[in-house]
Amino acid sequence: MSETSGAITGAQSLIKALEAAGTETIFGIPGGAILPAYDPLMDSSIRHILVRHEQGAGHAAQGYAAATGRVGVCMATSGPGATNLVTPIADAHMDSVPMVAVTGQVGAAMIGTDAFQEADIRGITMPITKHNFLVTDPADIPRTIAEAFHIASTGRPGPVLVDVAKSALQAMTTFDWPSEIHLPGYRPVTRPHSKQIREATRLLLEARKPVLYVGGGTIRAGASKELLALAELTGIPVVTTLMALGAFPDSHPQHLGMPGMHGTVAAVAGLQKSDLILSLGARFDDRVTGNLDSFAPGAKVIHADIDPAEIGKNRHADVPIVGDVREVLLDLYAALKTEADAGHTGDYEGWVAFLSGVKATYPLGYDKPATGLSPQYVIERLGAIAGPDSIYTSGVGQHQMWAAHYVKYEKPRTWLNSGGLGTMGYAVPAAMGAKVGMPDTTVWAIDGDGCFQMTNQELATCAINDIPIKVAIINNESLGMVRQWQTLFYNERYSNTDLHSKRIPDFVKLADAYGCVGLACESAEDVDATITKAMEINDVPVVVDFRVHRDAMVWPMVAAGTSNDEIKYARDLAPDFEENDL
Amino acid sequence: MTTHTLSVLVENKPGVLARIAGLFSRRGFNIDSLAVGPTEHPEVSRMTIVVNVDSSPLEQVTKQLNKLVEVIKIVELDPTTSVTRELVMVKVGASVETRGSVLEIVQLFRAKVIDIAPDAITMQITGNAGKIADFLTMMEPFGVRELVQSGQVAIGRGSRSISERSLRPVAVPVPPAHAAG
Repeated sequence: MSETSGAITGAQSLIKALEAAGTETIFGIPGGAILPAYDPLMDSSIRHILVRHEQGAGHAAQGYAAATGRVGVCMATSGPGATNLVTPIADAHMDSVPMVAVTGQVGAAMIGTDAFQEADIRGITMPITKHNFLVTDPADIPRTIAEAFHIASTGRPGPVLVDVAKSALQAMTTFDWPSEIHLPGYRPVTRPHSKQIREATRLLLEARKPVLYVGGGTIRAGASKELLALAELTGIPVVTTLMALGAFPDSHPQHLGMPGMHGTVAAVAGLQKSDLILSLGARFDDRVTGNLDSFAPGAKVIHADIDPAEIGKNRHADVPIVGDVREVLLDLYAALKTEADAGHTGDYEGWVAFLSGVKATYPLGYDKPATGLSPQYVIERLGAIAGPDSIYTSGVGQHQMWAAHYVKYEKPRTWLNSGGLGTMGYAVPAAMGAKVGMPDTTVWAIDGDGCFQMTNQELATCAINDIPIKVAIINNESLGMVRQWQTLFYNERYSNTDLHSKRIPDFVKLADAYGCVGLACESAEDVDATITKAMEINDVPVVVDFRVHRDAMVWPMVAAGTSNDEIKYARDLAPDFEENDL
Repeated sequence: MTTHTLSVLVENKPGVLARIAGLFSRRGFNIDSLAVGPTEHPEVSRMTIVVNVDSSPLEQVTKQLNKLVEVIKIVELDPTTSVTRELVMVKVGASVETRGSVLEIVQLFRAKVIDIAPDAITMQITGNAGKIADFLTMMEPFGVRELVQSGQVAIGRGSRSISERSLRPVAVPVPPAHAAG
């Protein structure tokens, strides 16, 4: 059964299709080729938020999607409008964010002629989308939108681009919302194979040093409850990657923290010295494994992922499980519960005790500077005051790692960041999208002074559209992470990392100019009062310029390309596992 | 490194070839040969892709190909249970004196003359890669002026078809339209 209307324009059909697919909000900017679609948008139930740059539209759609779990939608015109979406599309591709990007294209007859504002955005985005479409026949619009939403939101989520020729938007057509679609080459497997579940169960019971390696797929699958149940049934220690923070409560005693280049010593050791890794929606990224050849040399691997291409890509999987992480966890729980009821449980006592010792000996920590404000302290206090019910977004760099370390995440979808692509400038527009999706939740963008200056024009969008986000600029007047590498690996030669952001711009005035409240803080005594004040302002966006000292570094650290065994918990300080090794 | 022959069934839609070629290049795999054409089903095209890789990267490239929405099925054809053919057209110099020798080789290889000029002969030959290589070696002394190859096509032996099961339509229900507010 399908719904058919009388003759309407392709543009009207597009808007009706987006409505039919459940779109509540679109972030976008009109322009020549997409202009026909903006006319029926005025009469639509869809809220369109006019951003200041298409990159902002894309990251806002990502933030909306990551916070709500629903498909984020952004819209732009042809040519430069579409190419400005490339960065957020690539970002959504790397981090598996369900997103539909609708772009206008020049009229079908002009495609390929180098027409004004023509760019082959379908060709450009082929390697960075889950799938993309070019629509030149208005009759194809509803089915294409239905397929785009289906592909974006099922299997391993990802971005789908729908490029619509202006001629298709202007032509007359009928609206026919399909009741079913046919995608013969797209059949994601969600149910894990029972044989693999049995094999995984056997390995988990035999192992003496197992660890649950939890990735962002666990959040996308909505599997936090099931993860907690399996972890507590078995007592196996848990590590959560940068993309998975919040999937498992930071406060839980089994949680070892984040693994990887800037992971906790306990989480890095938990993977490195394990004899069995159960990977749940993670992809053995180089930032987690370090040098791959020396990563977790004694571990067997059970690799569960909805994307078969991730399994065995970087690390051999002894037990591959293709399936939705939630279903994998449910099946594993059922199998292990049956075993436990029959008196069969794993013996992990010595391993848990060893890791508890490592966790107690090498907690996250930082030195308070003799003068100036500590960035870690600011973020720690922000997390404590705003609490685990707030949503936190971040840019990329030192502040991102400190936000990963010092905010305590207890719930999924409260930590949104650019993990795979590492896009500076993600924080402000992503916070805007998250706030639109979750209007009753406090949303903090923890941003660097470098990142903030890449996308801060969206403060205007927030101020005008009543989207009261809060921004904490961790202002160390530097491209801090690059500067840290220059300190460590380039003999303290600081080539082009000094941004002078304590002088220019004046962030308080900038906030004021954008209709936001601007606050500044440069001493530890004022931090709590400043955050509390920002928390009390809920009618307009707030920007706080935390003027921190510039020499703080992110620790622990595994230098790029080296083994995880080479982890340092502070400069030149390596943990000593020998005395308390297993 | 070994040679593998992949038969890839794809939806016959614009841009599919670009997607597949792009995937090979960005994942760092070289295509030895690629042939594409319609199948017994008008909505489906079949590509025969010959790649020269080890088996573990081959598994990765197969998985990546399978992720493409328009790729329906991939089968690696085992050379012992499949037939492969390619077509070559070659133009060699042939004077009145050498024409007889050229025609003799044509006969031996069961090739075919498709054009003749006073000082040249153009031939076509079909066969597997080995036969074609041998033929071209024999033609070398006459002076190869122009050569064009079709790329390899391959099909499994026996009665089974790789397309019969995989092309059964599977309908995915679409949630009903949200009521417009």
